[in-house]
Amino acid sequence: MTPGAPALLASATIPDALTFAVAAVICVVGALGVVLMRNPVHAALSLVMTLFGIAVLFVEEDAQFLAAIQVIVYTGAIVVLFLFVIMLLGVDRRERVTADVFRGQRVVALGLGLMVLAEVVLLARTRWVTGARSATGALEGPGTNVAKLGRAVFTAYLVPFEVTSALLVLAVVGAVVLARRPARTEPRRGAGASPGGEPGTPSGEGPAGDQASQEVPHAGDAGGAGRRGGGDGADQVGDGGGARLEPEEVVPR
Amino acid sequence: MSVDASWYLTLAAVLFSIGVVGLLVRRNVIVMFMCVELMLNAANLTFVTFARALDDVGGQVAVFFVLVVAAAEVVVGLGIIVAIFRRRVGATADDAHVLKG
Repeated sequence: MTPGAPALLASATIPDALTFAVAAVICVVGALGVVLMRNPVHAALSLVMTLFGIAVLFVEEDAQFLAAIQVIVYTGAIVVLFLFVIMLLGVDRRERVTADVFRGQRVVALGLGLMVLAEVVLLARTRWVTGARSATGALEGPGTNVAKLGRAVFTAYLVPFEVTSALLVLAVVGAVVLARRPARTEPRRGAGASPGGEPGTPSGEGPAGDQASQEVPHAGDAGGAGRRGGGDGADQVGDGGGARLEPEEVVPR
Repeated sequence: MSVDASWYLTLAAVLFSIGVVGLLVRRNVIVMFMCVELMLNAANLTFVTFARALDDVGGQVAVFFVLVVAAAEVVVGLGIIVAIFRRRVGATADDAHVLKG
C-alpha cells in the first residue's frame, strides 16, 4: 500500500465500509476455495460464494441491475451448467495432486500470480488516467439504475446489443454441434458399451447401455450416475477405471 | 458514498491473481474454466468501480456485455469439454495434448 492510499473509512460511512469488508472476505475466501478445493463440485460451490460476494459489491456500488443479473445468470445458470457437466462426465473425483508433469510448475505459477498482483495493485493504488466523465451517460442524478442502463443499451450500444443476439445463436448452434454424438460411430460404441445385451432387448445389464445408444438422456444420466457411484465406492484404481469408462455412457443433452 | 475506488480495484486485483494462479496450477479442465470465470468477474468488478468513479454508464454496459459473452463462452467451452471426454480422454488438461481426434 502506498503512503498516499486512502484509508478504508476515508470517504465511507461505517456500514458501507463494513459491507465492503465482509463481501471482500467472502470473495477472497471463495476464490481461494475454487483454487484449493480438490473436488470440482466443492470448487463450483466456492465459485458461487465468490459470485455472491461480487453481487453484494455491485449493490454497494449502485449497480443494482447488474447485481441481479450476476445472481441470476452466473450463479443461476453458469454454475449450474458447470455442475451439470461435472456430474454428467463423472469427474467429481479428487484430483491427483502428486502427478506433477512440469517440475516446479506451482512455484512458477505462484510467482507469476504474485507478479500480476503486484502490477495491478500498483496500478490501482497510484493515480490512474481518469478520462472524460459521463461520456455516454451519467449514472448519478434522478432515475433508476435499470432505466439508465436500458437507455444506454438501446441507444448508444444498440449495434453491439444486436451482435450479441447473433453471438448467442451461434453459441447455441456450436454447443449442439459439439455435444452431438457422431452418427457413424454410434453402432460400434453402442455395442461396446453393452456387450451383454442385444440392441432393443431389455435384459440384464442392458437397459442403461441400450437406451444410451438410442440417445435417451435420462437413462444415460442414470447409468452414468450409477457407474460413478460404484467408482466412488472403490479405491483410487476403481476411480480411474470409472473415469475411463465414463465417456461411453455420456449422452448429450 | 461507498469505500474509495482503489479498495475495489485492489480486491479485483487479488481476485484476478487468484484466478491466474488457479488457471496455471490446476489440471482439471473444468476447474481451470472456473478460474477463467473468476478472472472475468474480477474484470467486471473493475468495470463497475470505474463506472462509479467516472460517473459513466458505459462501464455497467460493458459488464452487461461481458456477462452475455461469458454465458456463450461457457456453453461452447463446456460443449468442447464434453466432446473431449467422449473420446476417452482423462480428466486433466495434460491428457488432451493433441487437437486431432
